[in-house]
Amino acid sequence: MNNVSKEYLLSLLQSGRRLDGRKLNEYRDIKIELNVSKNAEGSARVKLGNSEVIVGVKLEVGTPFPDMPDEGSIIVTAELLPFSNPEFESGPPNSQSIELARVVDRGIRESKALDFKKLCIVEGEKVWLVLIDIYTINDEGNLQDAAALAAMAALMHAKIPKYDGNKVDYHEHSGNLPLTRKPLECTVMKIGEHFIVDPVKEEEAFVDARLTVAVIEDGNVCAMQKGGEKALSIEDAEKMIEIAIEKTNEMRKKL
Amino acid sequence: MYKRKSRKLDEPREMEAKVGIIKRADGSAMFKIGNTIAMAAVYGPRNLYPKFMQNPEKGILRVNYNMFSFSVSERIRPGPSRRSKEISLVSENALLSCLNLEEFPNSVIDVYIEILQADAGTRCAGICAASMALADAGIPMRDLVSAISVGKVGDAIVVDLDKEEEDYEGGSTDMPIAMMPRNGKISLLQMDGNMSKEDIKKALELGRNTCNKIYELQKRTLKEKYMVEVENE
Repeated sequence: MNNVSKEYLLSLLQSGRRLDGRKLNEYRDIKIELNVSKNAEGSARVKLGNSEVIVGVKLEVGTPFPDMPDEGSIIVTAELLPFSNPEFESGPPNSQSIELARVVDRGIRESKALDFKKLCIVEGEKVWLVLIDIYTINDEGNLQDAAALAAMAALMHAKIPKYDGNKVDYHEHSGNLPLTRKPLECTVMKIGEHFIVDPVKEEEAFVDARLTVAVIEDGNVCAMQKGGEKALSIEDAEKMIEIAIEKTNEMRKKL
Repeated sequence: MYKRKSRKLDEPREMEAKVGIIKRADGSAMFKIGNTIAMAAVYGPRNLYPKFMQNPEKGILRVNYNMFSFSVSERIRPGPSRRSKEISLVSENALLSCLNLEEFPNSVIDVYIEILQADAGTRCAGICAASMALADAGIPMRDLVSAISVGKVGDAIVVDLDKEEEDYEGGSTDMPIAMMPRNGKISLLQMDGNMSKEDIKKALELGRNTCNKIYELQKRTLKEKYMVEVENE
């Protein structure tokens, strides 16, 4: 499938260019479309160039964890649909889809983007569970950043359905989600000695190491995930974090 | 007599179709009817693995129908269910009758149907999208397949029931049908409810007329895509 050689890719990067003519630290065109699925409490479609992800948010009444009786919670899942990439297979979630979901989860959870205490209905008994489901539509690379961005866009516009203590009325709503921060994720890839963002499929195939960094609007980092086979130096990691902070700031303007 | 607020009893909801919505797929399409949105992607014909599943006489078709967890009011757990497995099977049969798989020995054609938003009639919308996606993938077909749900709401024979009508308190019968409009043959027929022989006859007639309308939209959408492509060259 891959008809680009690593040598060619490296020589391009050396001259400061990418396969599709972008600069090394340049994202593809970002498009966000809201409310793409009306039965969800919130939903968004994000396109990074030709990559496309849809995220929907549903709310359910559940029981709190015993150690956090007054806090609601989030549950993030990701489906790498065989629909979106000829190499994806049907079946239970594999490690790639679990990592995708968990890294989105941690960005939201650790930044305390949602005020979990405000999602409590009856302490020790009933809380709101926020279910964030990620579906890939077309995989042309960088699903991680697309998913995190779509999750944030969907959360920002999600409504809390009406609850009378017995039954949830999904056709009526009682307010917005208690969203206090807007973490976004940027995955910086290292290929040879070069750092790039928002890779296309051909570039992803040659990544030596990657670092996903979830950044809050104040510039603080709230979650990270290193991937790829090669190790990073401390200087590499610092540089990658710097790039991620700059890029998530730019991305946040699209929300 | 049961009456509809905003459309006639023999009038389907507003429809919209698109092809080529998923770049990585060999063929793809979207079919929207009212608030129901189905997307379909086709991959193949491609080699079938594991190898023992290959048939040297003819290729196989695999259809997978799936609803997004948030496509309905009460979230459904991601992944296959008994319902989705059954719909995958009947959709597969609905599409098989228009294909000539002898042309593709040892191969598989994968069709993935995803429901983004549901307001009844999802299997029919899925089949409409899937048959357009197969055509978009350049797979030789005897005809397109058009599908619509007909049935009875209260005492009225209707076409294209929405969710509210499916749950109608005075009783509701849902009869999804799929057809190859050119020869008028039925490739999917299911029913849940209660109807007399005469009612079924009327409903089938209504279904055929509506399938013909859907067929025109499907053909027009496919033609528009390829006409534009030729002009651009």
